[in-house]
Amino acid sequence: MSHAVTVTVNGTSYTREIEPTLLLVEYLRETLALTGTHVGCDTSQCGACTVLVDGRATKSCTMLAVQADGAAVVTVEGLAKNGELHPIQRAFAKEHGLQCGFCTPGLMITAVDFLERNASPTDTEIRHAIEGNLCRCTGYQNIVNAIRTASAEMRQAAGARPQVAEVKR
Amino acid sequence: MTATTHPTYIGARVPRKEDPRLITGDATFTDDVMLQGMAYMTLVRSPHAHARIRRIDTAAAKNEPGVVAVLTGKELEATGMLPVFITVPGMNGSKHMPIATDKARYAGDAVAAVVADSRNAAKRAADLIAVDYEPLPVVIDGTKALEPGAPIVHEELGSNLVFTYPVKGGDIDKAFKDAEITVTQRIVNQRLIPNAMEPRAVTAKFEAGELTLWTSTQIPHFVQLIVALNLGLGQNKVRVIAPEVGGGFGSKLQVYAEELLVGHLSKTLGRPVKWTEERREGYLATIHGRDLVENVEIAAKKDGTILGLRIRTVANVGAYLQAFAPGIPTILHAFIIPGPYKIPAFDVEVRGAYTNTTPVDAYRGAGRPEATFAMERIMDRLADEIGMDPAEVRRKNFIPPDAFPFNTISGITYDSGDYEPALDRALAMADYKGFEKRRAEAKARGNYRGIGISTYVEICGLAPSKANSALGVGWGGYESARIRVHATGSVQVFTGTSPHGQGHETSWAQIAADALGVTPDDIEVRHGDTFESPGMGVGTFGSRSLAVGGIAVHKAAEKIREKVVQIGAHLLEASPADVVVENGKVFVKGVPEKAKNFGDISMAAYLASNLPDGMEPGLEATVYYDPPNFTFPFGTHIAEVEIDGETGKVRIERYSACDDCGRQINPMIVEGQLHGGIVQGIGQALYEGAVYDDNGQLLSGSMMEYHVPSAEDVPMFNLDHTVTLTTTNPLGVKGIGEAGTIGSTPAAVNAVIDALSPLGVKHIDMPLTSEKIWRAIRAAGEGRR
Repeated sequence: MSHAVTVTVNGTSYTREIEPTLLLVEYLRETLALTGTHVGCDTSQCGACTVLVDGRATKSCTMLAVQADGAAVVTVEGLAKNGELHPIQRAFAKEHGLQCGFCTPGLMITAVDFLERNASPTDTEIRHAIEGNLCRCTGYQNIVNAIRTASAEMRQAAGARPQVAEVKR
Repeated sequence: MTATTHPTYIGARVPRKEDPRLITGDATFTDDVMLQGMAYMTLVRSPHAHARIRRIDTAAAKNEPGVVAVLTGKELEATGMLPVFITVPGMNGSKHMPIATDKARYAGDAVAAVVADSRNAAKRAADLIAVDYEPLPVVIDGTKALEPGAPIVHEELGSNLVFTYPVKGGDIDKAFKDAEITVTQRIVNQRLIPNAMEPRAVTAKFEAGELTLWTSTQIPHFVQLIVALNLGLGQNKVRVIAPEVGGGFGSKLQVYAEELLVGHLSKTLGRPVKWTEERREGYLATIHGRDLVENVEIAAKKDGTILGLRIRTVANVGAYLQAFAPGIPTILHAFIIPGPYKIPAFDVEVRGAYTNTTPVDAYRGAGRPEATFAMERIMDRLADEIGMDPAEVRRKNFIPPDAFPFNTISGITYDSGDYEPALDRALAMADYKGFEKRRAEAKARGNYRGIGISTYVEICGLAPSKANSALGVGWGGYESARIRVHATGSVQVFTGTSPHGQGHETSWAQIAADALGVTPDDIEVRHGDTFESPGMGVGTFGSRSLAVGGIAVHKAAEKIREKVVQIGAHLLEASPADVVVENGKVFVKGVPEKAKNFGDISMAAYLASNLPDGMEPGLEATVYYDPPNFTFPFGTHIAEVEIDGETGKVRIERYSACDDCGRQINPMIVEGQLHGGIVQGIGQALYEGAVYDDNGQLLSGSMMEYHVPSAEDVPMFNLDHTVTLTTTNPLGVKGIGEAGTIGSTPAAVNAVIDALSPLGVKHIDMPLTSEKIWRAIRAAGEGRR
């Protein structure tokens, strides 16, 4: 029996009749054809499928699409705004934080959520934050560099704006 | 007039041309290919490691809603056998069908295929297939498989012995007779599971007599060749596309069953078919790596001089021989064992064994990490026995820089090398001299600290075609490139290499840009589509792409440049010797103000109304480059670890590496390759290992049980390099894709054993898990209780 589900994805509201067993990642990839979110392991180890659900990094292979009813989802396709790349995207390219690029969308999404909560992280905090996102190509060094670079750029852009209280884990 | 006289982009940290599509989600991987009317294939895999297939009942599955077809091995024999590209002397090859017909030989061997309208329907139907198995005795260990009475994996071969491969040189008996010391060490190079982040996937459609097959592969042209031959299609009617490929590390260096099956099914069913591997399925049905057991004996003088090396190896190849499997423990392992050392006598014998396990083939480094690990562990054991500094034992035996080209005792010729500077730089970066103080400080904390060195030479740039042939490799080792300059001056480079993270689009553009006097932004590099590229591309593996494929691009660009100069000289009414090509302009030396644009020259080439007499119109060049030799990169890696005295947990505190891959095209990419390789090597040293139970069930069957290193497991790496150009090719490039994996495993293990050496520990088999180390500490009567 299918259900009508309404999800806002990258700012656009979609209402679709879907099967209750459909995973959120399948909904994104196959129902909406947003294939930037990848499936790497099916067991929520690798983090390639990470998307933002109401602002929190979520492994979309372990969430049913019906659970996202009424939620706002952001995928890699929604990171750039008005043709301008998000600082995390620029930083991944600048620091050579990707090679094959398969894990990259999930890592960038995890980093976006993390930097919202910790605007000036240490390398140790960055490594802890991305521990649930596996990359087999880069050895993580340039990913850590990229997230640090993005945090600096985002702090600078925040500039004179009132500082958001830092959440340290 | 060579492009390398004034390189502009070669050597620069040019941002990657691949990145914009990968960071925005615009890239297309194989599973992203969605076609109208697509059906989905699922395979039923044997739960038994060894079982006769008595009967398969597909009736219930065929009745499941949405099912298109249910087929067993006998109905799919039209796909033909899976290929093996290497034949070593005396090899007992296995018959390997995409779907097993008589018996399943490993847990994961496919026994039936289901095609349905949706993935879920295919899976539901697969669950309804009843297979009547007769379980047979199982052998999972290579050494046991070669013992009399072992269960036989392929009855028609009469035994599990795949090959016996000797490599010998010098007088080994004399070496051991003259030895002042001998050291023996049994070394287990455990089985690894590659874990490229993108699972394998295949999508195919068959329209108007033409098969288009998208696949996550490192070798699209070989897939095209075998699919065409096996399915009875003209090669001109099989278009294989390797779109974005999410990592390979050797695991996609195959022609897999699923490629033949999806191709065959889309052709016979008349609709597009897709198969996407699930990760647990990949653990069973994508090749594994390593799995060697070696008995290593070294003969030496008490001053550390090596006299001889004797190694007996058993290589577990798994249940079937895969495409390149026969060449890995043999050619890529035995020949390179001597590494950077002068070894007067050498006696290696490798035996391959079939077992009831997932087939084993290339995994990053493929033979060379195993070789280096054996050599570097025995060097440390020797240093320990004679009480000599491990760095100095290595230095003492280095091949001197004036000895190149150097003929090794194993029978290969090293192109170039200068090993001491790399060692010295790494020692300095590691503050090797200051280490004992840090060891003492750790001891005061109740911890154990150690430092480990690994010096390596690897064999890359695979390979001269005649050498390939002599070694039993059934295909040439050349690479192809085609450059097409359009009338307007747009440049397209088509390469036979098939990158999956290595950034060839960027590096090849840098190489072509320097030759053509334009910028990398002016050049588009295309790859992985067999209908676009030259007739044959060999592909990307064995750190060969730059040293063979990059050179092909360089040579094709030189041909274009030559023609540009000829046309430019004609139009400018000058001698070709005086024509300069740079910054997108063509002009007579000293007269840059009277320049033609690069696009003026290409337009002239196609207008063809004013070309030099006898010149062919157009501006294209195709090159098949066959290198005269391999290349031999080298370096030193040093790991420093601290072991928690209470838990046995290893932390890598400091990591220093100095690598020499000849000329670097893009240092940013070189460093990235090293970082990733080092972590994979550390993964083997500390975390990773496939584990089977006695029944052949893979206990480490998912990412939950098999630990792929995360960001928290590894440190930042300090990298340096020296540059010793190869004499093999005109750019002096050697290759860097596997060096990190080769150098890091022994460095990390040597560091852990060094840390535990005050407790009398001589060796622990990998992976050096906290549990194993904790046990070793406790066995020595130490550790807090």
